[in-house]
Amino acid sequence: MPMMSYIDAITLAMKEEMERDPNVFVLGEDVGHKGGVFKATKGLHEQFGEARVLDTPLAESAIVGVAIGAAMYGKRPIAEMQFADFIMPAVNQIVSEAAKMRYRSNNDWHCPLVVRAPFGGGVHGALYHSQSVEALFAGTPGLKIVIPSTPYDAKGLLKAAVRDEDPVLFFEHKRAYRLLKGNVPEDDYIVPIGKADVKREGSDITVITYGLCVHFAMQAADRLASDGIEVEIVDLRTVYPLDKEAIIEAAKKTGKVLLVTEDNKEGSIMSEVAAIISEHCLFDLDAPIRRLAGPDVPAMPYAPTMEKFFMMNPDKIEHAMRELAAF
Amino acid sequence: MKHQELGLSNEQVIDMYYTMLLARKLDERMWLLNRSGKVPFVISGQGQEAAQVGAAFALNPQEDYVAPYYRDLAVVLRFGMTAKHIMLSAFAKAEDPNSGGRQMPGHFGYKKGNILSGSSPVATQIPHAVGVALAGKMDGKDFVTFVSLGEGSTNQGDFHEGLNFAGVHKLPVITFVENNRYAISVPFEKQVASATVAERASSYGMQGVRVDGTDPLEVYRVTKEAVARAKNGEGGTIIEAMTLRLTAHSSDDDQRQYRSSEELEAQKEQDPLPRFEAYLVEHGVLDTAALENMHQDIKQLVNEATDYAEEAPYATPETALQYVYGEE
Repeated sequence: MPMMSYIDAITLAMKEEMERDPNVFVLGEDVGHKGGVFKATKGLHEQFGEARVLDTPLAESAIVGVAIGAAMYGKRPIAEMQFADFIMPAVNQIVSEAAKMRYRSNNDWHCPLVVRAPFGGGVHGALYHSQSVEALFAGTPGLKIVIPSTPYDAKGLLKAAVRDEDPVLFFEHKRAYRLLKGNVPEDDYIVPIGKADVKREGSDITVITYGLCVHFAMQAADRLASDGIEVEIVDLRTVYPLDKEAIIEAAKKTGKVLLVTEDNKEGSIMSEVAAIISEHCLFDLDAPIRRLAGPDVPAMPYAPTMEKFFMMNPDKIEHAMRELAAF
Repeated sequence: MKHQELGLSNEQVIDMYYTMLLARKLDERMWLLNRSGKVPFVISGQGQEAAQVGAAFALNPQEDYVAPYYRDLAVVLRFGMTAKHIMLSAFAKAEDPNSGGRQMPGHFGYKKGNILSGSSPVATQIPHAVGVALAGKMDGKDFVTFVSLGEGSTNQGDFHEGLNFAGVHKLPVITFVENNRYAISVPFEKQVASATVAERASSYGMQGVRVDGTDPLEVYRVTKEAVARAKNGEGGTIIEAMTLRLTAHSSDDDQRQYRSSEELEAQKEQDPLPRFEAYLVEHGVLDTAALENMHQDIKQLVNEATDYAEEAPYATPETALQYVYGEE
């Protein structure tokens, strides 16, 4: 099983799906000849030609809207937003159109499309190349929102997203692209959408998180393990709709829950996870639910001091874990 | 005779007139139902039937795709929807093929008839039409896509983004702007900075044509030409059909508040229905008896559709939970 980076796993997933199904195609800004600004579509233009790896005009609403139309016709488009921060002009197409297509037509029409977008900070991207936008779309029934944390999951989840019958927003942490490496099978496997995954078993405290924060939490958990504190780590993988069963089970298991996100705290995915735990597990808890998140400022600043202050890291998570374990 | 010069048979122009009249009578009935408290909302196409029929009859309902907007009753009738379908939608009944009673009337969608489902935010359907055209091109198909909208909607970003995309890829998209001169209450002069909508086409590498939208044969002619260009690989066309809005924007609007009584009276003189009827009589296509029969047939059809829809069941409450996602 080859070792592969997170971004190469994403590229491989698209390549395999395009080989499997001639209806799958890629469209976005600079995805063709250049292979994308992060090189996520590298090699696809050469292999599949410009009809299936389409460089579009710089216009996000059209990228998503055209993908919706093509999906309604029967294609399987994968639309790339160059940065998640630039998805805003396409919000109407995603929320008013894609998310509601099946429902509003009483199941007559549907639009199976994937919108891929690199998100997250820690790459000196400043306000408009660092944001986490998942909470803006969560709470929109009709959408599925997937955020993988490992190369293995990235490949399996993207393949599942392409085959899904409904619109999927697929957010890829851009710092994870080349930072994370892992074993990725070359065979055709799927990681199911809607299922969380226990990334580490533990009996003392539970950490629920997603994306790059899973990686940071695993590092922090290793440090605690040397002091005999065992941390259960749940990777949400799909942040909407949430895997409520897995969340409830993990919260009940240890009774001490730390929720971690890189996004701003108030109104984040973790706010909903906290609500689920409050509704279902109040009498199983041994400590108040703790949320560790980015500060409630508009976005991540450029200067390294302020970026570091905003950004999640293993030290912050370790500190919060130790506090919770000692409660 | 003009219609024969355009290659239209007598039967075809009778069919065109029938569709215009059916659209008008259904529309009028929905207003009656609204004013008598039986249906909560109507949005109208009265005054725009000639434009809609002229364009729709230049298309092929078996192959072409349409992304209509909320006034396009005559277009969807041409693409397979029936009087019964329209009334089921007006009454929001379970059998409504557009949405099963989920959407307001005028939010058309019917996969069997290649009618893309639409929403309320305007101009969002343009990129969808472009996407269908792109998909058709990928598959080597020969159809065109037809997308319609009002002139106010040509100010939306999706109009520009969608048509620029279509222009770059020379896609067979016919954009049909039904310019009734008002976006709810705001007149054309305060909506659009250019003298016409048609001239916006030059930005997208397309032809733009302005046409008298009260003349179904003229609209047919320019749409037929647009279809020919599209199929010949010459890309899309913007057709700006100059039409009338004989009713208020919707049942919740009163246009007497912002349009003078002189203006409202004057536009009645231009109503395309009597004019086309006169053309057909003048050229011996229809006689008075045939017209009388047609009126009677349509009246009966509208009555039956109304009765059927009024009696038809609503969706059960819990079906509101269905079809958020594909059923496993």
